[in-house]
Order: sequence, then C-alpha cells, then structure tokens
Amino acid sequence: MKMISRSLIAALALAGAAMSPALAASGHTDNPPAQKWSFSGPFGTFDRAQLQRGFKVYKEVCAACHSMKLLSFRNLSEPGGPGFTEGQVKTLAAEYKVKDGPNESGDMFERPGRPADRFPAPFANDEAAKAANNGAVPPDFSVIAKARTYSRGFPMWLFDIFTQYQEQGPDYITAILIGYEEAPKGVTVEPGLNYNKYFPGNKIAMANPLIALFDDNGKAQDPGFYTDGTPVTREQVARDVSAFLMWAAEPHMEARKQTGAKVMIWLTILAMLLYFSKKKIWARLEGGH
Amino acid sequence: MSEHHSTYVPSTGIERWLDARLPIVRLMHDSAVSYPVPRNLNYFWTFGGILMFVLIAQIVTGIVLVMHYTPHTSMAFDSIEGIMRDVNWGWLMRYMHANGASMFFVAVYIHIARGLYYGSYKAPREVLWILGVIIFLVMMATAFMGYVLPWGQMSFWGATVITNLFSAFPVIGEPIVTWLWGGYSVDNPTLNRFFSLHYLLPFVLLGIVVLHVWALHHVGQNNPTGVEVKDYAKDTVPFTPFATVKDLYAMVCFMIFFAWFVFYQPNFLGHADNYIPADPLKTPAHIVPEWYFLPFYGILRAIPDKLGGVLAMFASIGVLAFLPWLDTSKVKSGAYRPIFKICFWVLIIVTILLGYTGSQPTDKPVLTLGDRTVLDMVGFAQILTVIYFAYFLVALPLLGLFEKTKPVPASIADSVLGAK
Repeated sequence: MKMISRSLIAALALAGAAMSPALAASGHTDNPPAQKWSFSGPFGTFDRAQLQRGFKVYKEVCAACHSMKLLSFRNLSEPGGPGFTEGQVKTLAAEYKVKDGPNESGDMFERPGRPADRFPAPFANDEAAKAANNGAVPPDFSVIAKARTYSRGFPMWLFDIFTQYQEQGPDYITAILIGYEEAPKGVTVEPGLNYNKYFPGNKIAMANPLIALFDDNGKAQDPGFYTDGTPVTREQVARDVSAFLMWAAEPHMEARKQTGAKVMIWLTILAMLLYFSKKKIWARLEGGH
Repeated sequence: MSEHHSTYVPSTGIERWLDARLPIVRLMHDSAVSYPVPRNLNYFWTFGGILMFVLIAQIVTGIVLVMHYTPHTSMAFDSIEGIMRDVNWGWLMRYMHANGASMFFVAVYIHIARGLYYGSYKAPREVLWILGVIIFLVMMATAFMGYVLPWGQMSFWGATVITNLFSAFPVIGEPIVTWLWGGYSVDNPTLNRFFSLHYLLPFVLLGIVVLHVWALHHVGQNNPTGVEVKDYAKDTVPFTPFATVKDLYAMVCFMIFFAWFVFYQPNFLGHADNYIPADPLKTPAHIVPEWYFLPFYGILRAIPDKLGGVLAMFASIGVLAFLPWLDTSKVKSGAYRPIFKICFWVLIIVTILLGYTGSQPTDKPVLTLGDRTVLDMVGFAQILTVIYFAYFLVALPLLGLFEKTKPVPASIADSVLGAK
C-alpha cells in the first residue's frame, strides 16, 4: 500500500507539470514577479485609491489604443469598485461626446456622455484600429486581467489551490509594463517589435506605453500626475493600472469573497452538526460503523 | 431485492385514498426510507448522492443562466460578461455552473473508480453498470457543448478540433462534420445547435439516472466485501435515517470543496484563453481540452493515425461497458484480490499520466540521453495507452483464472461484527 501511495504521488507530480495554459513559446522568458495585492486572499478587498489612480492611468495612457467596451461609467461608483461618487461619475461621463440617435428627424447626433454609457472606444472599428497599429487590433481591456496568465509549473499550481493564488493576470500585466529593456547582445529585434523580458518569446509589438509618463532615466515627466501624494514611479503606475484592470475584469470580486466567507462558515457548522448526528444515529447499531 | 416487501402503511385517510389510486408515497417510502442498505458501506458509496446533488445544481443554475444568455456568435461572449456584471447574483450562477461541471467529473471519477475497485459491475449489476457508462458518455457530450457556449478562444478551437475528429471516418466523415457544423466551418449554426443540445441532454441524463437508480434499487447496492445481502435484519440498515444522514454529511463536505473553488478560485479549473473572444483567424498556441478530458485526449494523440486515434479514444470508454464479462474472477471485491489491487492502482496512475501527456505538447521530450530524445510525449502516451487497454483486455480476463484470492467473509454482518 505504501509503495502504491508513493507511486501515486509520483504520478500526480508528473501530471502536475501540466495544467494552466502554457504560454512558453520560444526562448527564455522570466516569470513575472509576484506583487503584493490588497485584493488577494480570502478577505482581500480592492484599494479604492489604487483603483482611482489606475483608472487615471488607463484613461490617460491605455485608452488611446485599448477599448474597454464592457464597462460603463456608472460602474466606477458602484460598490466594490474605485468608489467615485455619483457626482464625479456624472462629471466624468459628460467630458465625453457620445454618438446617439436617430432622433425624430432620423439623424444621428452627439451628446455629452451619461453614467449609463459604455466607455467610448478609441477607434470606430477594428479596421481603423488595425490601420493605426501596424495591422494588429489592440485587445479590449474589459477582461484582460483574466485573459492573461503565465505557466505556474509544478508543484506551484498545486499549492495555488491552498494559497488561493489567482493573481497571475495582474502580476503578468505589471511585469509586461516594467519588462521593457535593451535587447541582450545577440538578440535582434525586428523593426516594429520591442524587447520585453516578461513577454513570451520576448518580442512584443506594443511599444513601451509608459514612455509617455517617464523620461529615459525613468523619472516622472510630471511628478504631480497622482494627486493623492503617491510617488509616481514606473512600478507604482504599473501596479495601479493592473489593479484597476483586475477590478474591471471581476467587478464583483469583493462581494464574491465576502459571500464565500459566510457560505464557508454556514457549511462548516452544518457539516459538524451532520457529523455528530451521523455518529449518534449509527451508534444505535451493534458494531456501529 | 425481490424478497424485500414494502413496509409502507398509509396512516391517514387521504394517504389510503391516494395509495389505492397512485402509490407514489409508497414508492418514495420504499425507495428513500425503508430501502435496505448494506450496513458496511464506506464513504466512497456517498458519491452517488453527491452526483445527484451536482446534477440538480447544474440544471437549476443552467436554467437561470439561459434566461440571460444569447446564443449568437456576436453576442454570446458579451452576454456571459453581462451575467457576470449586471445580473443580480449572476457571477454566482455562472461560477457555480462552470465549476459545477468540474465537480461533476471529480465526483463521477471517484464513483467509477469505486465501482472498478469493488467489482460493482459484476452480476447482477451489469445493466446498472452499462447505464452508468451511458451516463458518463452523455455527461461528456454535455460538458463539451457547454464549454463551447461562452464562445471564447478555447470554446471555438476546442469545438473545431473535436468536431473535426469525425472527418477521420472514410467516406461518411466529411458529410458528418458538415452536418454537425450546420455549414462549412464552426459558426453560428454550430453554436445554436450546441446550445439546444446542451439544454436537452441534461434532461436525457436525468432520465437515464432514473433508470440507473431504478436498477440499483432492484438489485441492491454492492458493498466493500462484495458479498451479497443474505439476511436483511443482520446485513442491512434502513436507508432512513442511516444512509440519509451519512449521505447528507458527505454531501455538505463536498459542498465545502465545491464552494472553495466557486468563491475563492473560480477560474482555477478553466483556461485564461477562454476570456479572449473567439477569433477564427487566430489559433491559440496550445489547444488543450478541459482537465476532465485529458486522459482520453492523451490516448487520441498517442495513435499516429487520425482514424486510429479516434477509434482508440472511443474504445477507451467503450471498453468499460464490457467489464462485466471481461472480469472473470469469482470474487467481486478488490479487497480480497492482492494482484488485482496492484493492477487497479497501476490503472489509476496510468490514467493520471495519460492526462499529463494530453496536456503537453506532443514533441516535448520525456526521456533524453545526452542530446538525443529517447522518448517524447507521444511515445510515452503510447506506452501508457497499451497499459490502459491491457488492464481491461489482458489483466482482468487472466486474473480470474490465476489469481489466488484471500478468504471472503461469510456475510456482511460477519465482516462488521466478526465471525461468531
């Protein structure tokens, strides 16, 4: 029996080297470093200030190319999110021009945005997006934090069940944003591509998007970019926007985890009651079981 | 259990009136209260009840999801995100349903393994067992079509790969594939029919489950000794309260396991790629089926010939239906069969390893000597496939002839209380 269980563990170990969609394409790619997230673990909640900063980064940097078509302005003031006030959201939405119609005379018209409107996309259609971006459509960001991952490898993926690690997405996005560097000697990067040590295969079409915020030495162009006094560093900006994208992909995460705690307590108590009931009932039998 | 007579006594006038016209209360009483259960069942016998719970949970959450889902290639993905974002408790329904599929397979694999180990497929339970194999097949078809509905990258490419398997059959292959697709590629008609069938099949499943339970209640449960019930008073206990409370306890423990994934790891068992909307022009780097299909996918890829692979894959499940006649041993329970026991665990390990090969790129080296690859993933899968089939086609028929079994207790009561 011992031999069997040992070989069973060995089999599980081998099988474990699998799972989780392997991104590894070619060449060596560093694993994204694990960041500390306020929303990790069973009681994690989003850091409101971080989500607000992340939204600012999205709005002023990413939104130039990446749509977020599943989100509405109203989401920004909903519970479990960045915690903007309804007034702030109204003002924000009104900054945008939204196409509406047709009106009574059959014409389309533009009006100021309302909280119920979706985030406007940067390009009118995929073809326009392609034309502006070397033939590739920049992916929509609505669920990007759940659509990106990296291979955890064995035995890490197995431990993840117990540690509840599920922040591959935001870790990966953060890594990509800070992973741009000079290509090492001997690696040629074709025109239109950029070297990134965390991108599978190392050659990424997207140019370093944070270039807009930092100079060549990594110093912030505008130290007052954040209005809450948070230092404007490459890592900070990368983490903030990643956290924002995680919330966007999973806007009810806080409700989910909080409901989970209640369900777990309830089920555990029920299980204990049933366990003792079972013991008591089976004790009626000679020999029990 | 023909000699077990109904113990139902209608106690009120209305019950007597109904009992004379439609003895439905009697049926419920006989099958859920007085039904005799072997007293020595272990916790592996609670998975039937757990599976019933998962099936009903899948049907209930599924019906709610359908109220908000749009089966159209241009709207399916967004409608599911709408459920996640804007439907009250939609995230809970959707995560319960998606993880519920995995839970269904966790429970069914334990249920099947228990049947294999304790010889539950042997006479008089052959029909019960074959119904189980049919349930397993229908489950797989349902799960596969359900995974297509979100219309993500893995949905689309998984559907493309699996439906294309049928093209391996000569002459009729291509027409079958076109017929399945409802066109010349996986597209909106495919999504629509998969949706229709994904709604229908669970109810077909429920019907077969009723037959499965009916057969079970007719022949009675097997038990860890494999010895049939001889004396109802000594060997069995009434279903209620004994089995009821035990099943409920196990069910709630399983719910805790289930809830762990739903609330804390809802995407652990899925693929990140399926959060990318389907794109027929962009093939994902690795098309990998859900974890519960991996062993069979491993067998499929082990055979270099496409048709051969498809046949081997279907045979690996179909062979289960012939188990009652492939196993020649007179002793039912693996507990008294020392060599069988080893073979059984080898089968379990080999199946897990086949799952591993199914999840890996085919050309990945498994064994290397210097720079030379001695064994790649396909070669490894081929060895495992041979062992898998050898269990059913060689080990089980021969063991019955040569194996020296341990003494089997005279009765269930003896095994619990000791021989007197």
